[in-house]
Amino acid sequence: MTALQTVCLLAVAVAGTATVLTRDPLRQAVASGSLGLALSVLFLAFGAPDVALSQIVVAGVAVPVMVLLALAKIRTVDRAAARDDAEEQ
Amino acid sequence: MLAYLVAVWLLLAGLYGVITSRHLVHLVLCLGVMQASTYVLLLAIGWRDGGAAPIYADIPPNTPVVDPVVQALTLTDVVVEATVVAVLLALTVQAHKRFGTSDPDALGALRG
Amino acid sequence: MSRRTRLVLGLGSLAGLGALLVWAVGGLPAFGHPRGPYADLAPRIMLDERHVANAVTGITFDLRGFDTLGEELILFVAALGAAVLLRALRTEGTIKAAAAYEERRGPGTADALRALGAVLVGPTLLLGIYVVVHGALTPGGGFQGGVLLAGALLLVYAAGQVAAVERVRPVSLVEVADALGAAAYTLVALAGLVFGVAVMDNVLPYGTTGSLLSGGTVPVLSVAVGVEVTAGVTLILSEFVDQMLLRSRRED
Repeated sequence: MTALQTVCLLAVAVAGTATVLTRDPLRQAVASGSLGLALSVLFLAFGAPDVALSQIVVAGVAVPVMVLLALAKIRTVDRAAARDDAEEQ
Repeated sequence: MLAYLVAVWLLLAGLYGVITSRHLVHLVLCLGVMQASTYVLLLAIGWRDGGAAPIYADIPPNTPVVDPVVQALTLTDVVVEATVVAVLLALTVQAHKRFGTSDPDALGALRG
Repeated sequence: MSRRTRLVLGLGSLAGLGALLVWAVGGLPAFGHPRGPYADLAPRIMLDERHVANAVTGITFDLRGFDTLGEELILFVAALGAAVLLRALRTEGTIKAAAAYEERRGPGTADALRALGAVLVGPTLLLGIYVVVHGALTPGGGFQGGVLLAGALLLVYAAGQVAAVERVRPVSLVEVADALGAAAYTLVALAGLVFGVAVMDNVLPYGTTGSLLSGGTVPVLSVAVGVEVTAGVTLILSEFVDQMLLRSRRED
């Protein structure tokens, strides 16, 4: 077990715990991005460049975009519902 | 051994997040943490001390390499689970539109 | 069951599960010494017989190609599911109207972002195609390159060219490409039957290690998966983007 692997494993554990303990979804998206980055460095340390490449593109490009778009859509729905309620009264 | 313990810790932390979640998007991201634990476990099983990455482009053919089979399993897994996260987020958006809330506790009662 | 009860029960069972898991991983082979002949044999087969330099891609598309077929179909169905779920929230006409409205209103993004997006789209596309085609030689393959190519579309959206996104992905084209990729993989898998050997057998000539056409069916399957992953991820992302288009229409 090299020193790099130990450091990466601890970074992944810390990032994972931070992702779970962050309750607000918007901030959690950032923590999840840091988990993805730590994981890709860990995969490189384990001698798996293919997996690291997959993880970088997925956790950097695909997942944060989908999460942010879903959150924006939820916020829009809330705002429209609040506006409709205000109009009714 | 530390690698296996980190994988177990990530699984338990993700599961705790799912159990105590207050927002569906938070739940989906905790599921992502649980997925990460499986990747760490798979790759930790395949690690060989002193092994090189299993790409023979520039190393002599007899060098000991790490196990490439678990890497093959993990790399398809990473991309496919991202699309599963997409389906779950689409479900979240639909549920919020229909019921007006993203709280799993409030969504408990199924209405016909 | 109240929240407090659920929390106590949950923590208790997590502790029990944790104890069992720690006991289980204690019985695994020592870290750094994988046991079993498969780990030693598989890269040798890939290099010596199939002439594939990247053992991982070779295993993904040749030795364990059947698993990859299943995974690829999961991706296909997930893209389908996300599209069905999100399309229930909109109709075709409203998207065109929203895109036209966005175009008339003009881009609201900063100039630097638009310039950066315009400059990066070409190299990203090229990098994605390179990663897909060189799957058998260097780290890469259909899955990674496919997501990269879908990311190039995202750059167009981030640069503010929303109407260009609509023109660049007539939705039926993306759906056809998705289906073509999945079908191509299945057909190559069944090609073994045509040649009189087992399904999913490597039937094309193996070539020399290091050249682009080495490994028989491995680069072909890599390209098929690349097409399918690009189309699938593009479909999912564009459905989410459409929801955002509707959003900006309603805000005013």
